[in-house]
Amino acid sequence: MNEILQLLVYGLVLGSVLAMGAIGVSMIFGILRFAHFAHGDFMTLGAYLGLAFVSAFGLSAWWALPAAMLGMAIIAVAIDQLIYRRLRRTQPVILLISSFGMALILRSLVQLIWGSDNQTYVSGIQFPWRLDWLGGLRLKPDHVWIVLISSALIVMVHLFLSRTRLGKAMRAMSDNMDLARISGIPAERVIMMTWIIGGALAAAAGVFLGIDTRLHPMMGWTTLLPIFAAAILGGIGRPYGAIVGGMVIGISMEMSTLFISASYKPAVAFAIMVIMLIVRPQGIFKGTL
Amino acid sequence: MELAGVSSYLISFLTFAGIYAILVLGLNSQWGFTGQFNIGIAGFFAVGAYTSAILTTPGSPAYLGGFGMPFLVGLAGATLASVAIGLIIGVITARLRTDYLAIATIGIAEMIRLFIKNEDWLTNGVRGLAGIARPLVGTPLDTPLGYLLIVALFVVLAYFLVERAYVSPWGRVLRAIRENEPATAAAGKSIARFRLQAFVLGSALMGLGGGLYAHFFGFLSPEAFKPLYGTFIIWVMLIAGGSGNNRGALLGALVVWGIWSGTELLTGMLPSAYATQGAALRVLLIGVLLQMFLLTRPQGLLPEKPPRLTAKGAKGRQDG
Repeated sequence: MNEILQLLVYGLVLGSVLAMGAIGVSMIFGILRFAHFAHGDFMTLGAYLGLAFVSAFGLSAWWALPAAMLGMAIIAVAIDQLIYRRLRRTQPVILLISSFGMALILRSLVQLIWGSDNQTYVSGIQFPWRLDWLGGLRLKPDHVWIVLISSALIVMVHLFLSRTRLGKAMRAMSDNMDLARISGIPAERVIMMTWIIGGALAAAAGVFLGIDTRLHPMMGWTTLLPIFAAAILGGIGRPYGAIVGGMVIGISMEMSTLFISASYKPAVAFAIMVIMLIVRPQGIFKGTL
Repeated sequence: MELAGVSSYLISFLTFAGIYAILVLGLNSQWGFTGQFNIGIAGFFAVGAYTSAILTTPGSPAYLGGFGMPFLVGLAGATLASVAIGLIIGVITARLRTDYLAIATIGIAEMIRLFIKNEDWLTNGVRGLAGIARPLVGTPLDTPLGYLLIVALFVVLAYFLVERAYVSPWGRVLRAIRENEPATAAAGKSIARFRLQAFVLGSALMGLGGGLYAHFFGFLSPEAFKPLYGTFIIWVMLIAGGSGNNRGALLGALVVWGIWSGTELLTGMLPSAYATQGAALRVLLIGVLLQMFLLTRPQGLLPEKPPRLTAKGAKGRQDG
């Protein structure tokens, strides 16, 4: 029982990371109609931007978060303006190829600048709180913060999508592109906002993952598969579905270590995704794919 | 460099280019003809390589093997194993948009890599498989040049196979699906079936390429199948050469492999302390090359030229 509760905590942490990534993937798919394969490497670059910021100013690890989110939002918009925007008139699948190339460009940039060794925001081990009233559950302060901050970010995304004009325009574009354009929605501004949110959330996912484990140039790429699994599970194009999907995939991946070797964790995400593709490819919340 | 060194470098270069050419032809039948997106080429390649290695190596207590089968049986096994994986993925995704296929293939490649790394009984895990037999042992052709001839033979075979497929009515349906799926469905063609067939054809060629690689290199380890080497460079080859055009696929394999090897010669001159940076810089260059092609010449070096359509009986009228 205790072990299951412990894994549930790890699952919530991983689920928060995946949800941060999957919201972006889902929104980009809803608006621009392509699977953004550089999203994992957005995470990586974001995490390293945060590292550069905290080590330059000697700040604590959590300062990496705002710096990474801001930096990655700017870079995401820049990449879109520089490359993706010019390819938008062709088929969306060309954007998919381009984003695949962008993934490798970003990853090799990270390797060029920061090298390919493991790095951490702070060295040393954090001592977990021991909750005796919960069967000796061990709770790391970092884990609590990761779950709390990502919940706050999710609430902000929700308020943006439901309360602001631009957020409503974004949902309209995701639902019906032609109708939205006819009714005079500023498409370019919506697209820019999509990249700002997608880039910032990816950076947050990268920083969370870096705080939870370590930084490595491959960290984002190896998380991309569970992120896509989460987005598909929730119904691709549906930001709310992505949150549910992220949590389900994250918790399932951690729980699976009760039964199978931990090195097969990504296989659990893949298995859930394949079952979903067979049974209900539109996802839990009927996606737009 | 001495003449002997140059010629042996050239032979190894061309052998690699030939193996890549087969993979690019496989991708062309998936992406170029049909518009199906496969990012798991590394997985199909690895399945082919390991299948052929396990079928042909002499026995070892460390891993499954010891079948000692001949080279051609190994290659046939490589092709069939890859076809089986292609069938499974294809059946699941044939009804769906190609983005799903892209995501599913990235997943299968990752699963195959995890499997090879963790299942020691089958693949000897991270220690890898060594001593994979060369096919021409005992004949006067047991040289690198001899193996290059074998690879060249398979490239020619693969080329004629996919070129024949391209100009056939079957290939015409594939192009129709790529250009306008609803219209093709309205014409009564089963989209899912044609897609699956094209995907499996491509998978077969990728497995064959993997088998040829195993016997050329003689050693396999999970490190060789990182998504980059197996997948990305093949995509760049096809886009640069001209997707849809089989000759473009061959040209792309040669040109991009030339650029990739050329940059290796350049970064090899860097001091060894910068080895990691050198490798990253090469990937960066290839990535930029892909973006440049997509932005400025998306049709590639040799654009696709579909055979001209002539209605039945139209030929006679033209003559008269």
